[in-house]
Amino acid sequence: MDTTIETTITVNGTPVTRRVPARQHLIDFLRDTVGLTGSHIGCEHGVCGACTVRVDGAILRGCLMLAVQANGRKVDTIEGLSDSGELAALQKAFHEHNALQCGFCTPGMLIAAQDLVRTKPTASRDEIREYLSGNYCRCTGYHAIVDAVQEVLENAMGAKR
Amino acid sequence: MKAPPFAYAKPRSLNEVFALAEQHGEDAKLLAGGQTLLATLNMRLSSPALLIDITGVPGLAGIEVKGNTLRIGALTTHRAIEHSQEIARHLPLLAQAAPHIAHVAIRNAGTIGGSLAHGDPAAEWPACCVALDAAIVVAAKSGERRVKAREFYRGLFETALGAGEVITAVEFPIPGVGYRSTFLELARRHGDYAIVGVAALAKATGGTLSDVRLAFIGAGPTPILAQNAMAAIEGKQPGADAIAATQAALAKDLAPTGDLNGSPATKLHLARVLCGRALTALAS
Repeated sequence: MDTTIETTITVNGTPVTRRVPARQHLIDFLRDTVGLTGSHIGCEHGVCGACTVRVDGAILRGCLMLAVQANGRKVDTIEGLSDSGELAALQKAFHEHNALQCGFCTPGMLIAAQDLVRTKPTASRDEIREYLSGNYCRCTGYHAIVDAVQEVLENAMGAKR
Repeated sequence: MKAPPFAYAKPRSLNEVFALAEQHGEDAKLLAGGQTLLATLNMRLSSPALLIDITGVPGLAGIEVKGNTLRIGALTTHRAIEHSQEIARHLPLLAQAAPHIAHVAIRNAGTIGGSLAHGDPAAEWPACCVALDAAIVVAAKSGERRVKAREFYRGLFETALGAGEVITAVEFPIPGVGYRSTFLELARRHGDYAIVGVAALAKATGGTLSDVRLAFIGAGPTPILAQNAMAAIEGKQPGADAIAATQAALAKDLAPTGDLNGSPATKLHLARVLCGRALTALAS
């Protein structure tokens, strides 16, 4: 049986083809094979959210997906989403609200928060907390993160009015 | 940690899945969404020689209404169920339960078939299936069979699924008009495994409840249909006395084990609290 599989993943718009070990997680493929170390590895069992990436537009845990499972799919990481400007408003708000200290959780936190901005722009403060409950931060106590996300949501809603 | 080494196959038909499963027996594990399996592999709780990725098999995902039956394909994600208009209309209990399953990033990948096969006693879908009297569709080389969810769960992580069998779908009888449902659970944080939870369904007629179903999670080795409590409230209005009688009857239904979340007495108390809230919600 095959323990390595030829796999093509479109990473931030660029197709990458490699022969990957079946056991390799998507997050290790991104960090070690592609060299995109912005996505972090925390708990490696789906609890902390530091490895959150987008696969075919949906946020997923990079540690709970094998690289080979992403074969033929599109993966967006913090690097691509930063460069595209999609996260700019959230990044600015995180900066201004001191919504990070060590920054380890920040890439996953931003990608999860942006998912909320895209899917539920009317979210209340409680809903923000609930949505980000799958992303751990050990520095901020979350308050500043929720403040930052709330500001981005309010500004976006204000701009629409 | 990293998962131990294994081989990987992605068959394109159920027959190929059956052939691989037969050839590799206990050494092979089925991979669907992977949200439980990959975590257990990472923690080295399991070391299969082969993962059989069934997501390449066509026809195993999707939600379909046929007559009085709603069928959900095994590979349908939690997120798809959460946002399905068919589910919201016909089986609101599932839409009520879905947000309790972990977090969005997990619900985007995890599947109902995977959850049913794993059979965690604190998981949401098994209890919903028990409450709704669903049938789990199981396929094998020899053919297809249907197992009632109420007979599917045999013990802790133990199901009626035999060697070489694959869950392909789950079929729910659609409750008629007048039914109400609610799903409640207590967890330390949103998205954590439930300490205790309840999937509740009943026909509500002018405040009176009939055909009441109360299926508890985290209260025993399997999801538990609380027959004594259900009988205590059947045909009654959930006033203070009727709720108290139902809560008292739960002692005959549930035998939770103690763990880090609390003693058996604490969990029984929490189950009673949820039971009271659920009955009030069903009647209001």
